[in-house]
Amino acid sequence: MQGIIKIFKYSFYDVLRSRWTVLYFLFFLISTFALLYFSGNMSKGIVSLMNVTLTITPLISTIFGVMHYYNSREFMELLLSQPIKRSNIFIGQYLGLAISLSLSFVAGTFIPFLTYGIFVSPEVWDFSLLIFTGALLSFIFVALAFLISILNENRIKGFGIAILMWLCMAVIYDGLILMVFVTFNDYPLEKAAVIMTTLNPIDLSRVMILLKLDISALMGYTAAVFNQFFGTTSGMIISLLSLSVWVVLPIVLFNSFAKRKDF
Amino acid sequence: MQTPIRNYITLFIFTGVYSFGSVLFLANANEIKVCPQCSISTVTQAVLAAKKGDVIVVQKGIYKERNIVIDKSITISGENFPVIDGENKGQIFLIKSDNVTINGLQIQNVGNSYVEDWAGIKLFNVKNCLIENNKLLNTFFGIYLAKSESCTIRGNEVKGTSKNEIETGNAIHLWYCKKMLIENNHLTGHRDGIYFEFVTESKIFNNVSTKQIRYGMHFMFSHYNEYFHNQFTDNDAGVAVMYSDHIYMHENTFSDNWSPVSNGILLKEISDSKIEKNIFQHNTIGVYAEGCDRIEIKNNDFTKNGWAVKILGDCNDNRFEENNFTANTFDVVTNSSLSHNLFEKNFWSEYAGYDLDKNGVGDVPFRPVKLFTYIVEQTPPAIILLRSLFIDLLNLAEKVTPVITPETLVDNNPMMKEIKW
Repeated sequence: MQGIIKIFKYSFYDVLRSRWTVLYFLFFLISTFALLYFSGNMSKGIVSLMNVTLTITPLISTIFGVMHYYNSREFMELLLSQPIKRSNIFIGQYLGLAISLSLSFVAGTFIPFLTYGIFVSPEVWDFSLLIFTGALLSFIFVALAFLISILNENRIKGFGIAILMWLCMAVIYDGLILMVFVTFNDYPLEKAAVIMTTLNPIDLSRVMILLKLDISALMGYTAAVFNQFFGTTSGMIISLLSLSVWVVLPIVLFNSFAKRKDF
Repeated sequence: MQTPIRNYITLFIFTGVYSFGSVLFLANANEIKVCPQCSISTVTQAVLAAKKGDVIVVQKGIYKERNIVIDKSITISGENFPVIDGENKGQIFLIKSDNVTINGLQIQNVGNSYVEDWAGIKLFNVKNCLIENNKLLNTFFGIYLAKSESCTIRGNEVKGTSKNEIETGNAIHLWYCKKMLIENNHLTGHRDGIYFEFVTESKIFNNVSTKQIRYGMHFMFSHYNEYFHNQFTDNDAGVAVMYSDHIYMHENTFSDNWSPVSNGILLKEISDSKIEKNIFQHNTIGVYAEGCDRIEIKNNDFTKNGWAVKILGDCNDNRFEENNFTANTFDVVTNSSLSHNLFEKNFWSEYAGYDLDKNGVGDVPFRPVKLFTYIVEQTPPAIILLRSLFIDLLNLAEKVTPVITPETLVDNNPMMKEIKW
């Protein structure tokens, strides 16, 4: 445990010191201010921010994850020669990056909303959900990026696969869902839709936030089924469970690969 | 300097005539007092004793009575809301005569009947009646008028407690009436708040109808009516108007009608009507139009609805002009690739065009029907993809080169700023 904390501290400060996290923070700070300024009201601001968050957070987390892994390879190899448990090194590195990225994201979106008075507005819960899922998405995609990097020695290939993974999750998966819907239009698809959504962390985050925000459209005839699932506590618990599986599973896999890997 | 003198003379003559009139009236009209300890202790007795033009004053107390038939022109007036309780066994007032006034009573517990339309106050085949400032609680039908003319229903509070559509009637129910005034009533907890069938030339204004089990207002075959300053909120299925023409609805509020089958207002086979300056807010569907012709929809606010306007392919020559469409999930939906309706000079918060000549009108036309709207119409479960990146990309592609969305459904002159009126 001591080991993890030391490595985490090092990695955390290292990432925070790098210009990229500052840029990431500034990006969210400026775009959130801009969104709030142009939309003029909190709830529209949250919707626009949701679109940005669900696309950008996974993308940047993936790229950072891959970059960080490849860049700190030599340092990690150095550490491996020391009497430190392997899992401590890798988990420490992972936590350092994931926590600093989610901190940049949370701070970058939180400060503008704070100045617009989020705490006295009724949207405070919607906003906290958005921040929470954004941070969770950072954890998920850094973990996936680490997993991909450890499986690929070749940087270019690792990068390519990571970007492709993001593209699949963010865009192609939705296209597949739509294809399934259109093809099997004659069948009752509501349950299938719920299951397919639960399997993809980006879609799941989107639906969870939308159910809080765009409720009037989602209350349409078919959407009532979705609401019956996602709107209840058990639905919420299952959703959160699925999201945490997306964090835990890549880490466990990554850890087991790291243990067996011959550096 | 002549004016004051003339004023005095006018005043003098007026006062004279007025007092003379009052004397005549007083000479004719008796006041009959009803109280639990009086010699006349029930409203029924008082009505039997009364002659045309009499005033029955009901004092505070509880009167367990029902089936009170009023067949002469009298006034029944309550002091401090005396309670007329039907003990859930039947109808309370049946008015069969013209010029009857009922005010200031609390009428309660009519009870359910599946055979007869029991009501708190039923008026049948009458003229010039006035039902004013009463409280009706737990009445099957609240105020029920049939085959009547020129009556006024004003300032009543009609409150139902039923949870089930078949166990309750309508708060204000009109059948075959004309020239009615329905104003300032507060209606909750019935099947329909205001129900009209074959009612013409009437005015409905300043009413509040909320939390009805079915429709806030529901009318059919009711032509030449005017509805204004009413508020229809939180009704299970919104407001439904059908098979009528020459309707003028203005400055009403339709809001928070949320449920899988809920509309702000459902228009079915409505023609030659005007819908102006209304507010549609937080409804699942703001305006749902089916088989409607020549409706002018102007200066309305559509804010934060799921679907602001759902207009089916069988609607022709309707005009949507100078409305504000703000922050709706979908602005316009249709099920047809052709549109014979006009959208002109509306403000769309989704509009992303520019205005080079600074005349306040966007230079690029706006197409309110997006590809995703069309997809959801065809495959409803696809709504779960709402606001995903993939869908945004699809919409963008369709916007650049429209292939599937109706080409004629377009606003050629979208406004750059929200329209004020």
